[in-house]
Amino acid sequence: MHAFWRAFVRNKLAIVGGVVVASLVAIAALAPVLAPWDPHRPDVRRILEPPSSSHWLGTDQIGRDVLSRMLYGSRVSLAVGFVSVGIATAIGILLGAAAGYHGGWVDGSVMRLVDLMLVFPRFFLLLAVLAFLTPSIWTIMAVIGLTGWMGVARLVRAEFLALKEREFVLWSQSIGASATRIIWRHILPNAMGPILVAMTLGIPAAILTESGLSFLGLGVRPPYATWGNILNEGRDAIELAWWQSLYPGMAILITVLSYNLLGEGIRDALDPRLRQSVGRFGGRGR
Amino acid sequence: MIHLAPGDPTELAGAEDPALRQSVEQMRKLYGLDQPLHMQYLNWLKRVVFLDFGRSFQPDGRPVLDKIKERLPVTLLLNLIEMLIILLIAIPIGVRSATHQYSAFDKVTTLFVFIGFATPDFWLAVLLQILFGVHLGWLPMSQLRHPMWEYLPFWRQQWDFASHLILPIAVATFGGLAGFSRYMRQSMLEVIRQDYIQSARAKGLDERKVIGKHALRNALMPIVTILGLSLPGLIGGSVIVETIFAIPGMGLLMVQSVFARDYPVIMGNLVIVSTLTLVANLIADLTYSLVDPRIRVGRRGRR
Repeated sequence: MHAFWRAFVRNKLAIVGGVVVASLVAIAALAPVLAPWDPHRPDVRRILEPPSSSHWLGTDQIGRDVLSRMLYGSRVSLAVGFVSVGIATAIGILLGAAAGYHGGWVDGSVMRLVDLMLVFPRFFLLLAVLAFLTPSIWTIMAVIGLTGWMGVARLVRAEFLALKEREFVLWSQSIGASATRIIWRHILPNAMGPILVAMTLGIPAAILTESGLSFLGLGVRPPYATWGNILNEGRDAIELAWWQSLYPGMAILITVLSYNLLGEGIRDALDPRLRQSVGRFGGRGR
Repeated sequence: MIHLAPGDPTELAGAEDPALRQSVEQMRKLYGLDQPLHMQYLNWLKRVVFLDFGRSFQPDGRPVLDKIKERLPVTLLLNLIEMLIILLIAIPIGVRSATHQYSAFDKVTTLFVFIGFATPDFWLAVLLQILFGVHLGWLPMSQLRHPMWEYLPFWRQQWDFASHLILPIAVATFGGLAGFSRYMRQSMLEVIRQDYIQSARAKGLDERKVIGKHALRNALMPIVTILGLSLPGLIGGSVIVETIFAIPGMGLLMVQSVFARDYPVIMGNLVIVSTLTLVANLIADLTYSLVDPRIRVGRRGRR
């Protein structure tokens, strides 16, 4: 832990990422205090106003303050990021652990399921599933989580395959500890590092996916403000109001960038060799 | 799972008007929606084997396969061009930043890679539209052709088509570029540390030959695998790009069908797109064994 911390602190970019992530969480929590205007209150006298001293980032088609909407939107992004990654990690750990520890037909069927899921281009799969559901913030979280667990499952399985041959596991098996106990108490804690990295890198991917869906108009519905939503509404005013398109996207970029820097920092500090196993294959959650 | 959806499509069409009840019933029969779920699914599976995805729920009621057939070439063309451009740019960048590790060039590309990973493609698309379409007026903002295309002279037609492709392709390549130059750098770095590179250098070979011939070939192998793995991502990206630029491809068809709850088209689309992915993966695997004779399995048994 000490060595980890020293290696992490030496990585300046990761520290910057961590600080930005922490402030984003604080901003999301304090959104009602920080927002200068009511994000839902229209004002017909101030439609599509460019950034000014009273509306720092301008206003939208019905005169709502873009900055306030973005502040509230950060809550949705963070919530979707955390919850969907939580769901994906839980499924990934359960299936990956079962596959890695038990091997045999369990392993075979889990891995075939993973392969099957990976055949679908993610965005097409997401859209197909969303077409059959009533859209809400909860379905979005669930759907992103349920289509994003394959990487974690593979990772956990690989960790388990390596760890289950180690002495401490063989020793617990020899004194008759149950499989559940060995999996949860002995192997999993030792596999937490890579899982944590995968989670940190999964959150920005989920945020990108959510904002993409909301941008298409198939994600979180108005009146909830989300970064993707604001961009979607901004498209109608694309010829008049660049500020409505520029700033929310910038917020997404900064958020995703910081999480990525933080995640890669943690990974490199944990063990530089992990670079290969917890890469971002196929990258951006599509 | 398909039909867990709240409200079926005939309901949307029929509303509450009692006069329409009868036609709703007729429609349900026509599309087989009156049968129990498992029968519907079995029938669907049976037909899919023969590439029959049924008819669209849209008023035109055209066969799903026809709809997909007219959209598929556009998406394929775009994705192929994108992939070519990505490889053509990413490989030299990756090689250069690996051979000049920690140089200014390497640092700039690393920065670019991080930004490339974090940039939402739909945002980039909108910004480019604002800049080149609205403010500068250099490039068309959407669609594939000028509305008066047929009346343009031949060369103007070609330029018109190409200019419509510039922005979508730029957006779609951007993210992939970051990823691939990163992988290329990584893979090249690993290769140039190998002994055979040292010995090639030791026998006095020109550095350009060492890198260009011996190292590059070996470094390209993992790229082939990654190409196969990242294809679903690239194809998935066409959903966003095609929607923003109003390009009539598979992605736009998908989004339109989702809004219209046109289930046969959605399912057909999903089947075709995943088949595409499978085929692409197969090609990647075959290429891999072509590039690397060591893993040609089953031919001569184990070496």
